[in-house]
Amino acid sequence: MGNYLASIPEKAQELGIIINNILFEGFYLRKKLGLIVNPIAGMGGRVGLKGTDGIETLKKAIKLGAKPWAEDRAREALKQLTRLKEKIELITYPKQMGENVAVSCSFNPTVIGELSGEMTTAEDTKRAAREMLDLGVDLLLFAGGDGTARDIYDAIDLKMVVLGIPAGVKIYSAVFAANPTRAGELAALYLEGRIKDVIEAEVLDIDEDKFREDQLSIKLYGYLKIPVERGYIPGGKSPTPVSEKYNQEEIAADIIDEMSDDYYYIIGPGTTTKTIMKMLNLDHSLLGVDIIYKRKLIGKDLNEKQILEIIKGKKAKIIVTPIGGQGYVFGRGNQQISPKVIREVGKDNIIIVATRRKLQTLRGRPLLVDTGDKELDKHLSGYYKVITGYRERTIYKVST
Amino acid sequence: MVIKKDGKTIVHPYIPNSVPEVQEEMLREIGLKDIDELYSGIPDELKFKGKFNLPEPLLAECELKRHVKRILSKNKTCEENISFLGGGCWPHYVPAICDEINQRSEFLTAYAGEPWEDHGRWQALFEYQSLVAELVDMDVVNVPTYSWGQAAATSLRMSCRITKRDEVLLVDTISPERLAIIRNYCEPLVKVKLVKHDPVTGMMDLEDLKSKMSNKIAAIYFENPSYLGFIETNGKEISEIAHDKGALSVVGVDPISLGVLAPPSHYGADIVCGDLQPLGIHMNFGGGLAGFIATRDEEKFVMEYPSRLFGITKTIVEGEYGFGDVAFERTSFAKREKAKEFVGTMAALWGITAGVYLALMGPKGMWEIGKTIMQRSQYTMKKLSEIDGIKAPRFKAPHFKEFVVDFNETGMSVKEINKRLLEYGIFGGIDLSKSFPELGNSALYCVTEIHTKEDIDKLVQALREIIEGKR
Amino acid sequence: MMKGGKIKLRDFHEAKWDEPIIFELNRKGERGILVPEVEKEIEEEVGDGISVLPEHMIRKKPPALPEIAQVRVLRHYLRLSQETLGATINIDIGQGTCTMKYNPVINEVFARSPKVTELHPYQDQETVQGALEIMCKLDLFLRELSGFSRFTFQPGGGSHAIFTIMSIIYAYHKHRGEEEKRNEIITTLLSHPSNAAAPAVKGFKVINLYPNEYGLPDIEALEEAVSEHTAGFIVTNPEDTGIFNPRIKEFTKIVHDVGGICAYDQANANGIIGIIRAVDCGFDLGFFNLHKTFGSPHGCGGPAVGAVGVTEKLVDFLPVPLVDYDGKKYYLNYDVPHTIGKVREFYGVFPVVLRAYAWIRSLGAEGIKEVARVAVLNNNYVMKKILSEIKGASVSFPKTKHRIEQIRYSFEQLKKETGVSSEDVIRRMADFGFHLWTSHHPWIIPEPFTIEPTESYSKDDLDEYLTTLKRVVEEAYEDPEKVKNAPYNCPIHKIYHEPLEDPKKWAITWRAYLKKRKNWE
Repeated sequence: MGNYLASIPEKAQELGIIINNILFEGFYLRKKLGLIVNPIAGMGGRVGLKGTDGIETLKKAIKLGAKPWAEDRAREALKQLTRLKEKIELITYPKQMGENVAVSCSFNPTVIGELSGEMTTAEDTKRAAREMLDLGVDLLLFAGGDGTARDIYDAIDLKMVVLGIPAGVKIYSAVFAANPTRAGELAALYLEGRIKDVIEAEVLDIDEDKFREDQLSIKLYGYLKIPVERGYIPGGKSPTPVSEKYNQEEIAADIIDEMSDDYYYIIGPGTTTKTIMKMLNLDHSLLGVDIIYKRKLIGKDLNEKQILEIIKGKKAKIIVTPIGGQGYVFGRGNQQISPKVIREVGKDNIIIVATRRKLQTLRGRPLLVDTGDKELDKHLSGYYKVITGYRERTIYKVST
Repeated sequence: MVIKKDGKTIVHPYIPNSVPEVQEEMLREIGLKDIDELYSGIPDELKFKGKFNLPEPLLAECELKRHVKRILSKNKTCEENISFLGGGCWPHYVPAICDEINQRSEFLTAYAGEPWEDHGRWQALFEYQSLVAELVDMDVVNVPTYSWGQAAATSLRMSCRITKRDEVLLVDTISPERLAIIRNYCEPLVKVKLVKHDPVTGMMDLEDLKSKMSNKIAAIYFENPSYLGFIETNGKEISEIAHDKGALSVVGVDPISLGVLAPPSHYGADIVCGDLQPLGIHMNFGGGLAGFIATRDEEKFVMEYPSRLFGITKTIVEGEYGFGDVAFERTSFAKREKAKEFVGTMAALWGITAGVYLALMGPKGMWEIGKTIMQRSQYTMKKLSEIDGIKAPRFKAPHFKEFVVDFNETGMSVKEINKRLLEYGIFGGIDLSKSFPELGNSALYCVTEIHTKEDIDKLVQALREIIEGKR
Repeated sequence: MMKGGKIKLRDFHEAKWDEPIIFELNRKGERGILVPEVEKEIEEEVGDGISVLPEHMIRKKPPALPEIAQVRVLRHYLRLSQETLGATINIDIGQGTCTMKYNPVINEVFARSPKVTELHPYQDQETVQGALEIMCKLDLFLRELSGFSRFTFQPGGGSHAIFTIMSIIYAYHKHRGEEEKRNEIITTLLSHPSNAAAPAVKGFKVINLYPNEYGLPDIEALEEAVSEHTAGFIVTNPEDTGIFNPRIKEFTKIVHDVGGICAYDQANANGIIGIIRAVDCGFDLGFFNLHKTFGSPHGCGGPAVGAVGVTEKLVDFLPVPLVDYDGKKYYLNYDVPHTIGKVREFYGVFPVVLRAYAWIRSLGAEGIKEVARVAVLNNNYVMKKILSEIKGASVSFPKTKHRIEQIRYSFEQLKKETGVSSEDVIRRMADFGFHLWTSHHPWIIPEPFTIEPTESYSKDDLDEYLTTLKRVVEEAYEDPEKVKNAPYNCPIHKIYHEPLEDPKKWAITWRAYLKKRKNWE
């Protein structure tokens, strides 16, 4: 066999080796990993970047010693992927938007696109994401904060699987891994096909309209698809845990089983709550509040006033789920369910739903409420029967 | 404190660290003076302060042996007598190698190790799954559950999950013990209804089945051979009636019959269950049971097994086999799926033993044992029928291994007859008068490959004397 | 370990036979064992026996079992046994929650006696007085140790016992006409998954209590959980983390106050047997694992017995039959007015019952107490050593200091600092002949590992295990790749999971593998 190979010209041998690699790699095909770094994440709010004002603020911030740490965080994550160097194609944007980090980790990246100027902007992030989508990237890793997540969402919505490397100051979105190392690990497992479960996670960021009115409010902007590890252990004494989608469907089935025709159901935003609407085949808003009565849609994407109009004097229940990575049940992304609404419905009629995985990510920390009314928050604190599966409840603490 | 007897300190062989000096050394390393301090997290009121009324320990092994042997000597075994008892636990021959393997300390004491260091256990169980699969002619077999009754109950709940229905039909000639288990396992989520049998042949009454079958029924369950020993020859029709309404056909089998009898998968069965006890496991006073479940290799079946399924896989080294749990990723929840059942320690060692048995027997052995059992039981039936007053078999159908012996015309109850048979050193068949009152004074007799002509003739002679003596 | 006067790490290598699958040993014509043919006279009377069967019921094609000569079958399985790391042959403190203790060999002598193996459950009761006596007496012993009024040995394991308990709870409420109303069972998240799965089979809804920072459920959480719908509460105490709930009596009272029944999952009894009785904590019923606490071997996963005990008010619901003594003889008692029927044919796995009986007779009351005390001593000794000498390891719920008989630890620190996970460490420990186990679902503790020393190991045994664990962790810091790609000294290497997860690839039997292996390329 050896002699035969030696007689074939070199290029053909190379081809042979490539074919060999593809055929006999076993289970690893050449996947495409996208990398976008937002170099100015964590250096002062996203809001300030619009226009020259923003750039001046930034220059000031850098002069005062703010360091671009997103690149360091990205590097930490990428280190977990170096063992897959030969097996994946790393696609990234020039210089500080990913190329620098990739090269410093000894990757040989495919560099696409171009930067708009000396300082990177939200537009650069969006353009990069769109271009990577066009190239069929299997997983997009991005380093940044809520603002970066929002840019990615604006660009690609649910069309690509992504994962955030946390590099922001305070992060509300649920699309980030717990830390950069974990982000890199999850990315590696996903590219290897070791984990397949992909869920829709919330993208939250500062509500700009309210911010201009000097109010700080966190708004739910949309969802991104991220890979999750279920903590699957083969060979254990117990059966395999279920996928997130299955868990959400179970929960929805439980709610539907227990639904009474006497009550109006106020359904808050979140993929778990919206599964209820899907299972009833009802039109619904993804990011807003809907109301059901007798299993029919009564109102879609309602504001506080509209909700109150519908439920005034009637029996009603609120169904909410923790939104974002901090575990807020009220106050982050569902402010339409205002203190007035909550008071009208009553604490006993609040139903909290959450997947088991979601509760686990809290690592024992309580669920949180921040309605804006401190008295109400205190009143709402306590233990709740959270619906975590079909005919399954978990007693969990809610705190302020 | 250490164990004290009459003021003397005892170091027990089962507790290496009951040596007082070692305890002191260890306590010192932890920084404590007394083991009691380790229990300080438990409130005093919960600690038992009385004296347990347990007998004095038999500390010397020879004392223990003497004591236990004395109690056990009160037992009279099926080896010392001739037993015709069956009914879910049968006297078959256990090859010496089966005992040799399940006595190996590694297999006896292993538990939940991983695929790489407990590789032998995984392979042995995969092989058992594969060997039983050939016997039932299906591609998926589970790691054994507690017993046939449990396997049947689980098969029925699986059927409910697969068809999304919550009623099941059982033929009324099934084992009363299995019926009790199934009833408890199904209540309250699954309704259980019985289908009548033909009083002449014993087989399922197909008209009754048709009338009770509907698209609310998840499955029809019957046993082949029946608990009462006759062979259900209408399997194909039964399966068709079920499939016609979208229900499943679930059959419970005696695996030792499958060398000569067609396996249920050949007459439309969707789920097959049964007991491994005849395959190289001693009776153990009813403790030697192990239930298996087999299905086709289709996702909709595989995803419903609550028990473990061992699969073969590759390792990072070329050409090496490895084994692991088949993991089913449930992605979509279907309504009315209220429970997936549970999994835990069940009957794995018996599974390995059954594998060894089948490997020893091979296809020829399974044919021969089926044949010899048929011959011996038919001989017994023939000879018994020659006694005035006895009808054997009661049912007009072919039988395998077991058969109902009708004593109604003898004027004696089965209880009386069995008491008299004891005097001859014979254990007579199971008294069916309470569990199947329509059969009156009848008994279930079991004849296997271990019953010689001499044994059978002794039975016939004894019964002749007992019955004719009465007249 | 100590060898040649020096302390050294064991240079272990497990047997590796590269043994083919049994079907690959097939050689047409070979026979493993022969079956007795009928006597000539029988053949003359009834012929071949097969012709009475209708054509379609006769098996046409013989089952495709392999044909192998006797010694070759024996050799094959002996080799497989060598490739299994049984509990007795290694220092098995790493299979946490399984209570791997010494299974006295004398008990095997008893269990293999023909006086046990050749008994049929339906024999005339006069002929099995020995067996009935053992069952009756073990019932009495377990009543003493728990305070319960009656035991059944029918359930074939812990999960089965939980199911039996749920059946009894259901029957109890049904008897009072409340089965529709009382449809909720409360349990804790750290309990065995069967504590949630088994109730569902009986139609119950399950309410889980989350552990607080001390590893225990808050009493306020239980107060939120109970209602008029509460049928019962089942809990393990201590939990798998080793943490004992000192307020357990308050918990059971809260459940009783709403009319619920309290069940004790005593899978973790080894540290408190002889020290605490179930009834004193307020439990109405519970179970012991005879194949764990009472020294019967695990058998690769059964056969086993989960002995269920109940207080007086629940005796009428037990599965039948019970074993009683009328002053003169032992007998099977089927007169249980509201029995749930049966959970298993006949009476339970008698050899396991016998082994438990012999174990108790060998130790006596004082001996059993010593078992618990030494188990707790061994456990705390191991904890001290791990926390003070092994880098990267921490204990779960560090706020709680006291642990009883097993402990769940975490390698979270190790993972952060080296990238080596607890699963990697487990594989590397196998290279030294040791098991180590992670945790049940859900993995609330990150990178978990659970160790349960039991009373069967000497200080030297524990030291050997600890020294090895320490060395493996050091290796993780020095050469993480080495640990991650373990094992090297086992019969096989790391497995690929993908063929087990894909319906097009998975092969649960050899015949399925032959059909599907082309999908593996």
